[in-house]
Amino acid sequence: MEWFNDFWSTYSTLVFTVGVHALLALSIWLTLSCGLLSLANAAFMGIGAYVAALLTVNLEWSFPAVLLAGAVTPALVALLIGAPVLRLSGVYLAMATLAFGEVVRITILNLEITGGPEGLNGIPLVTEGWHIVLILAVTIYSLARLRRSKVGRAFEAIKEDEIAARLMGINVDRYKLLAFTLGAFIAGLAGALNAHFTFFISPREYGFENAVDILTMAVLGGTTTLIGPMLGGSILTLLPELLRSLHDFRSLVNGAVLILVVLFLPKGIWEPRRIRAFFSRNKGDQA
Amino acid sequence: MLEQQLLNALTLGSVYALFALGFTLVFGVLAVINLAHGAVFMVGSYAALAMVSHLNAPLWVAMLGAMLGSGIVGLLVDVLILKPLRARNAPHLAPMIATIGVGIMLTSSAQGLFGAEVLRFPEDILPAGEFLVGGVHVRALEIAIVAIAFLLMAVLFITLKRTQLGRALRAIAESPKAAYLLGINVEGLFHVTSFVTAALGGIAGVLIGLNFNAITPQMGQPMLHKGIAVIILGGMGDIRGALIGGLFLGFAEVISKAYLSSQMGDAVAFGLLFLILLVRPSGLFGRKLERKA
Repeated sequence: MEWFNDFWSTYSTLVFTVGVHALLALSIWLTLSCGLLSLANAAFMGIGAYVAALLTVNLEWSFPAVLLAGAVTPALVALLIGAPVLRLSGVYLAMATLAFGEVVRITILNLEITGGPEGLNGIPLVTEGWHIVLILAVTIYSLARLRRSKVGRAFEAIKEDEIAARLMGINVDRYKLLAFTLGAFIAGLAGALNAHFTFFISPREYGFENAVDILTMAVLGGTTTLIGPMLGGSILTLLPELLRSLHDFRSLVNGAVLILVVLFLPKGIWEPRRIRAFFSRNKGDQA
Repeated sequence: MLEQQLLNALTLGSVYALFALGFTLVFGVLAVINLAHGAVFMVGSYAALAMVSHLNAPLWVAMLGAMLGSGIVGLLVDVLILKPLRARNAPHLAPMIATIGVGIMLTSSAQGLFGAEVLRFPEDILPAGEFLVGGVHVRALEIAIVAIAFLLMAVLFITLKRTQLGRALRAIAESPKAAYLLGINVEGLFHVTSFVTAALGGIAGVLIGLNFNAITPQMGQPMLHKGIAVIILGGMGDIRGALIGGLFLGFAEVISKAYLSSQMGDAVAFGLLFLILLVRPSGLFGRKLERKA
């Protein structure tokens, strides 16, 4: 077991990060599954992280309560801004959510209670491996159930054709708001978990780049299944670690992977239909 | 003191406008949000710096070289990435993500080649000279920046309004398919647009690099945010809106930094932006264009 202890003491944060990124990728998968291109998830993550960290540090709430508050607060914010924002679509929605994200980041940067640009230091390290595994499992199970439910089918109908969905009697606005709010809930949860194993959070972690990173994970992995976003999140977390030897050039590979996936794997890496087709073709060759 | 601030605002605003013009033109003609535009801006300033310090080129040659260099980058992005995506009729998310990848690659290449530290133009190549006009210190450099920015914008405006090329571009902006049926070489003009807009982004990079005399691999990112703010303010794809929006942002930024806190100024700008998007998604000066995207 000694090798495991060595491994764990070096890489536990990395493994935790993979889990949190998987959650984040699922949060944007949810909004994308309803056809919404929202770039606000990094901001929701930030709100969750700060609310949770402040409750732990200042009020010493218990961890489950902190996690719940960290998830519910951004969900409430999403509910509030959702009604006006979700009237926009496509690129305009992306830009509005991006502007919202910047407002959140700059507000955090300028508040007293958040520690401003210095960030919050000394957050107790209470997140444990099984917390992340459990929450991830519950999230996957719920999302898998959601997909097959009336709600999930409504999301899919809206994504495919909003007008047709409306004509079939689906309350498009309400379902969009639901997807947006649930996405914020998951992102906030990820933020709350993240804050309690990194010891330190700062506004820099919740800006435009991070919003783009989250979107990238989902797109890289593919959004046709639940496995895709999690796979994408894991790859984008681990790839920079594997490429340490390239030093300054290592994010070059990240960029190249992104371009190649968009060009050659438009549905992402994990696309069951293509993978099945690939294997059955190989079998055909042998016969 | 106010006059001094207004001069700073004009200098910054004219470069913002120049940057945003390229950004908005790509959106208008190619219907792509080019998130690599900030990185192209950074490439321009490094290209000029490299020519000045390694080849001892005079500044105006370096500026032309920077436009050519960043223009070629833009052209390559169009030919290698955007064209295959167009051919496949990919959803609008695809080119946006691909340009994010391009931006990451360019930024990380610059960091690998030139290092992460702040680089500066040698002092002796900057136009020296400073005049006192009505109690305001005017640097020759600032005059040059404003003059170059407005000259390039004037050329662009006249080209778009008065020439055959401009008419063709405006036709494509209305409908690429109709333009194609009218015998316009749509693909060729997409390449031209990509080259020209990237060249404008690159020269904006040189001008900002000269103004603050500080060049870093990350300098494109805040500029990209400002570009997004400007084209939302002015209406996406709206050329005149980009000019007014750019100048407006320059003034808003300088004035709020001078008279409010230096950080909250940005929040005011983005908060305003957020509100404009909610009330008038087509921008302050845009026509009513429902859900073009």
